[in-house]
Amino acid sequence: MLNSSARVIRDEIAAGSISAVDVCRAFLERIESVNPSLNAFNLIAADRALARAEEIDRQRAQGVSAGPLMGVPIAVKDNLCVRGMRTTASSRILERFVPPYDATAVRRMEAAGAVIVGKANCDEFAMGSSNENSAYGPVLNPWARDRTPGGSSGGSAAAVAARCVPLALGSDTGGSIRQPAAFCGVVGLKPTYGRVSRYGLLAFASSLDQIGPISSTVSDAALALSALAGPDPADATSSPQPVPDFSAALTGDVTGLRIGVPRAFVADGVDNSVRRAYDEALDTLRRAGAKLVDIDLPHAKYAIPAYYLVATAEASSNLARYDGVRYGHRTADDGHLGLQDMYRRTRDEGFGTEVKRRIMLGTYVLSAGYYDAFYLKAQQVRTLLRQDYDAVFDKTDVVAMPTTPTPPFRLGEKTDDPLQMYLADVFTVSANLVGLPAISVPCGFVTPSDGSDPSQRLPVGLQLTGRLFDEPSVLNAADAYQRLTDWHTQRPA
Amino acid sequence: MQRIAALAHLELTADEQVLFTRQLADILAYAQQVQAIDTSDVPATAHVHAAQQTERSDDPRESLSTSDALGNAPDTAPDAGLFRVPRVIGG
Repeated sequence: MLNSSARVIRDEIAAGSISAVDVCRAFLERIESVNPSLNAFNLIAADRALARAEEIDRQRAQGVSAGPLMGVPIAVKDNLCVRGMRTTASSRILERFVPPYDATAVRRMEAAGAVIVGKANCDEFAMGSSNENSAYGPVLNPWARDRTPGGSSGGSAAAVAARCVPLALGSDTGGSIRQPAAFCGVVGLKPTYGRVSRYGLLAFASSLDQIGPISSTVSDAALALSALAGPDPADATSSPQPVPDFSAALTGDVTGLRIGVPRAFVADGVDNSVRRAYDEALDTLRRAGAKLVDIDLPHAKYAIPAYYLVATAEASSNLARYDGVRYGHRTADDGHLGLQDMYRRTRDEGFGTEVKRRIMLGTYVLSAGYYDAFYLKAQQVRTLLRQDYDAVFDKTDVVAMPTTPTPPFRLGEKTDDPLQMYLADVFTVSANLVGLPAISVPCGFVTPSDGSDPSQRLPVGLQLTGRLFDEPSVLNAADAYQRLTDWHTQRPA
Repeated sequence: MQRIAALAHLELTADEQVLFTRQLADILAYAQQVQAIDTSDVPATAHVHAAQQTERSDDPRESLSTSDALGNAPDTAPDAGLFRVPRVIGG
């Protein structure tokens, strides 16, 4: 059961071969057993989960038709509001925050029958690429406990990799679903911007954030996306674009699929082991009938600076609401505290270092005298990047890159140098800036390049990016790749 | 650094000021490369689906109850339905 996909679990519950309660118990026991060594969860909601599972078993007995995720245990990243369940964004500033409403994504997953077993640890306010920025401790990579699981959805990815849940929700602003999925040997999908409602997602960068699934199979990601996708009156940025049947798109056939390979862009700064795995993955798809097309993305090298200008600017605005007034932490008042001092001390006490750094950067970028040189310029780079991709999608269907330039790095390796950490997102940020759908699928295991521990098997991922709203092509290509490989069936020790 | 911190309503420690001065300088120097790109006649993208219709009719809808809205606040005047804050001193 622990090794089963969400689809199989759901089908067995719907058929009555196993109860939702038994499934829930099995995963809760697994969580209890492995979470102390991973720290993937900020909160485990065992009672609520079992009550939900009991309700689902009652409904099944009464002949209520089975939802597409009936009885599937899921973890929800702790920057997504679940009504009545503490939601912290892995920050001290929301240490005791209990949302009075559900995120739309959460509501839709539960309506489909999913059972929330807990809130997944993450980088604070989704700012990070290693899950080392959590106020509740780092998450460890189940494949190598001295390494990071990636971030910011590190808890969600680690939970799926360690079989604590078959499916988890994450969020992705610059790669925060895809990069941890790659580092943990699981599948992570960032949908097209606007495909999934952001209502109830604690906002980091409003023009970049998207919620998406993390799973062990592409087929499960398609199943989850069907539950999540669709317009929402509560999110004006959610798209009215019709939602296709994502599962029906998984034909297993990639004959004639044109895969764009940006050779110049992936030439520099990529570990040889990652490059080998990437080349082999492309070869696997080519032998299955896909066509590899050399492409150029002339402005891709500006994506990281543009991203860190736009994202931090938007974050500085979005995080202004955490001021100790309506929710969250407020600094202690000795009776002589003025309002301005209350704001400053509350935020200084409540926010971690990376969050403060990004707020400072974003405030600077938007300030008078610098707006045109930095923020406006970055928004123009977004347009140029979109034009690059428009030209590319004239002659290709998906663009392939390694998800990350390196295998999972060690805890503490990049924490002293924020710029080095930011460069880990080099292949993922473009999809956020342009709004394109992108998936990471496991494509191999490598040993550490410094030769430090040849017994370590570190996962690496292949990233496929598609046209706006073309999740079907992206999912189909990734699923076809999974049918030809078995990386995704392997488990950490 | 102090001016930016004041704008952001952040009170940085002395150590943070030193650290951030250096780190922000490094990050901005790196980000400076966008200056080199010719962006004359390039429109800015603030939103990827800029043409999307986002308006609805101006009809009131259900929202949070007052008690839900006040439920997480550190200090409230619940009967009045208000959040309470320290007095504003010196503007």
